[in-house]
Amino acid sequence: MALLEVQDLVKHFVAERSLFGRARAHVKAVDGVSFSLEAGKTLALVGESGCGKSTVSRLVLRLIEPDAGTVRFDGRDLLSLDANALRAFRREAQIIFQDPYASLNPRMTVGQILTEPLALHDLVPPTQRRGRVAELLRLVGLEPRLERRYPHEFSGGQRQRIAIARALAVEPKLIVCDEPVSALDVSIRSQILNLLRELQDRLGLAYIFVSHDLAVVKHIADHVAVMNLGQIVETAEADALFAAPRHPYSRALLSAIPLPQPKAKRTTVLLTGEIPSALNPPAGCRFHTRCPFVVERCRIEAPELLADSAGHAAACHRTAELPSTDAILPAAGGFSPALAKLVAAFSRKTEGAAVSGVGIQGTAPTTT
Amino acid sequence: MSATPLIEIKDLRIRFHGDDGRITHAVDSVDLSVANGATLGLVGESGCGKSVTSLAIMGLLPKRSAEISGAIRFEGLDLLKTPDQTLRDLRGNRLAMIFQEPMTSLNPSLTIGEQIIETIQRHRGGSRRNARERAIELLRRVHIPSPERRIDEFPHKLSGGMRQRVMIAMALACDPRLLIADEPTTALDVTLQAQILELMRELKAASGAAIILITHDLGVVAEVCDEVAVMYAGEIVERAPVDELFSAPQHPYTVGLLGSIPRLDHRPEQLATIEGMVPNMARLPAGCRFAARCPFVLDACTRAPPPLLQVSPGHLSRCIRAPLERLVS
Repeated sequence: MALLEVQDLVKHFVAERSLFGRARAHVKAVDGVSFSLEAGKTLALVGESGCGKSTVSRLVLRLIEPDAGTVRFDGRDLLSLDANALRAFRREAQIIFQDPYASLNPRMTVGQILTEPLALHDLVPPTQRRGRVAELLRLVGLEPRLERRYPHEFSGGQRQRIAIARALAVEPKLIVCDEPVSALDVSIRSQILNLLRELQDRLGLAYIFVSHDLAVVKHIADHVAVMNLGQIVETAEADALFAAPRHPYSRALLSAIPLPQPKAKRTTVLLTGEIPSALNPPAGCRFHTRCPFVVERCRIEAPELLADSAGHAAACHRTAELPSTDAILPAAGGFSPALAKLVAAFSRKTEGAAVSGVGIQGTAPTTT
Repeated sequence: MSATPLIEIKDLRIRFHGDDGRITHAVDSVDLSVANGATLGLVGESGCGKSVTSLAIMGLLPKRSAEISGAIRFEGLDLLKTPDQTLRDLRGNRLAMIFQEPMTSLNPSLTIGEQIIETIQRHRGGSRRNARERAIELLRRVHIPSPERRIDEFPHKLSGGMRQRVMIAMALACDPRLLIADEPTTALDVTLQAQILELMRELKAASGAAIILITHDLGVVAEVCDEVAVMYAGEIVERAPVDELFSAPQHPYTVGLLGSIPRLDHRPEQLATIEGMVPNMARLPAGCRFAARCPFVLDACTRAPPPLLQVSPGHLSRCIRAPLERLVS
């Protein structure tokens, strides 16, 4: 059974009200989204600003209430939980936000920030909480003595580690990571990505990874769902999607990533036109105003998300007729043997090595 | 690079004097040159001095707290010794800059037309009607649909990608010879980024202007630059033609950066990480500024600051262990 099962999720926000408070216009932020996520796996939600990926991530945590659809977590219907049951659920699912400067309370020390969830859920007796905080800090590669410091004394990467430690404090099964590395510098980004992967291996965490960066997604995700204007347009195993994207939108996204390979010969699919407003999404296929392969049918009939036997699904009338993806995918590259050896010198000592063996109490480390 | 570069920076040093008496060495002994029609990428992470360097070129650093030495030669002038009046005539005219945040760099209370027309009239004079026609033409050049209508709109009516196009149109208003673009696509979605990069390539081909592109994104550098300078802790640590920088980097910091980006062409088990922190710019180490984080460090590295030396023609590295291939063969 999947850890998380989402069916036909819908969320429309009121964008405009009449004088008497009646809703006049809705932003269709999420419009019929379904997916499932296994324990210990990573699902990436990908798309451009305003595609609804962050709204989905908040809906599955019930931080906002959906208008329709169901969310099942570990077999329970999340939307029928009362306040007490919902609080208990918060122990099992946590979230990490994009901006570690805004998501930590500047008036609390790191120790206080990490103790709060322990006290709130009454997880650890007060006398043992300091020890647990030290353990959490070590788990994310920070020294326990830092617990007396305030967030402003840390760099962006360290703050994101603190945010991760806070999420881990309640021993969750699922962590929603909403653009967790977008605000970080390149070299810090790789540390956090490595840490997230290592914690997943060790603790068996499932992630919903919200990102606009497909290279990051390729690195971290098992499964990918590409969203456009509130709907999933393509979903597949990460390897399958990156090897042969089927939806014109996924192809455009993939081809638009600037590659760190100056000689890479590849065609960029340039989308013309602006991203349509979710206030008034286009009729038919919602991508048709920007699609290079648009035909009459696309303007009238909304395509269904149809899966093949391998579970690779795309919502496009013309999937079968699209040209080969060879031209838009990066050539197999990688580093020259000498450069690969030089790069390896930077991977030799990892922060995980220093903290290996520290598990979250009550959770058996997964063996992989 | 051609014999007479369009802009040549010699031994640029920038120090900031803080209110508490602390002196921050923001930029140290930076030498750069860009030829007509070339694109130089200035790469590095937050705080490495890349934006401060560009602000120094534009003469936009605060006089009270910034102490600048060295020379910035542009079209026969030393910009550091040029009076403010002359600089004002150059900025927006021969020298133009695009900033990262298109929302905060446009005036929200003026239509985009008024803002472009102001630039044109300031530098070119002429009638308002002519300036307006040129503004419409510029908006058309950056592919803004129905520019005749859009020109009278306020910035908040435009999307992020559109606003960045307006910024580019404004920068191009007086056919600059040098365009400095500071993270021009960082705030944009990837499909819009591709459009803006394509636009920059197109405009460069049409105008022959030189571009200094400041970015932290090595992918963007690979796509649009001819030459790259990598900055670390206020210094240039490596300078190379773009192909060479990516195929055979000669400074360990560049190697670490290349290894730490997730790639589409292969998926390593672990990404490279550069351990440790950037040194405190108010208390710099005696030797190499990267030594504390470098896996190839020797005792000699920590004793004296390494010079920026040529490893192969056109390829310079500030590392005493270069060429690095020796270390792994």
